[in-house]
Amino acid sequence: MSQPSRPLSPHLQVYRWQVSNTLSILHRMTGVALSVGAVALVSWLLALAAGQSSFQQINGLFGSLVGQMLLLGWSFAFFYHLCNGIRHLAWDVDRGFDKHFARKSGLVVVGVAVLLTLAFWGVALTGGAA
Amino acid sequence: MSLKSPLGSALGLGSANSGTEHWWAQRLSAVALVPLALWFAVSLLGLPGLDYYTVSAWAAAPLHAILLALLVVALVYHSALGTQVVAEDYIHTPGSRIVVLALLRLAHIALAAAGIFSVFLIATRAGA
Repeated sequence: MSQPSRPLSPHLQVYRWQVSNTLSILHRMTGVALSVGAVALVSWLLALAAGQSSFQQINGLFGSLVGQMLLLGWSFAFFYHLCNGIRHLAWDVDRGFDKHFARKSGLVVVGVAVLLTLAFWGVALTGGAA
Repeated sequence: MSLKSPLGSALGLGSANSGTEHWWAQRLSAVALVPLALWFAVSLLGLPGLDYYTVSAWAAAPLHAILLALLVVALVYHSALGTQVVAEDYIHTPGSRIVVLALLRLAHIALAAAGIFSVFLIATRAGA
């Protein structure tokens, strides 16, 4: 049977960009970024296990400008993936799946993730919790 | 009336030849990661410094070492499941898909082994 030339659904060229699909894609992207972050975390533990000089080396890498930018990105990815993951778990038990509520909860998740990232770095850089 | 073969009904598997195990494991590891990852983030903030001796002493405490090992297991497991789905969704050539899936799986096993063994080394060395 030949392939009919019917439009595909969803037809991506005419599909209106929305909060729901944007955040869904962001969930995936942050997830992949955090998988790379898992490699960084295990490398950090490996360096700690290897001894003082390797731990100082890896802390130097994380302390560099590129390292700090990566950590900033990973921290936002973590807080976003965490909050949106909880939103997904709520959907799994059939809570908050209504279209309008899901749009609002998505915006809340982004706001909370930004706030948590700022709070984390605020405490980290001022040493407030210590 | 079911259109499945008797064997298909007995196995309870869908057209993808797998059941709900993957979905369920992803949820279970996600639920485990909520407290574990938050504990790790808050603990890092609570440390008086991030120098070798402070972090070693903290990580070597039995409870912390166990929680770190659990964090590594849950994180790597969740990552393995998640990246698997991403690869399955975007790689359409059967050959390269199998290669990528295999490499992802092996890399995650290596990552888990490295993480758990590191935590073990940190915990056992501190007492010496």
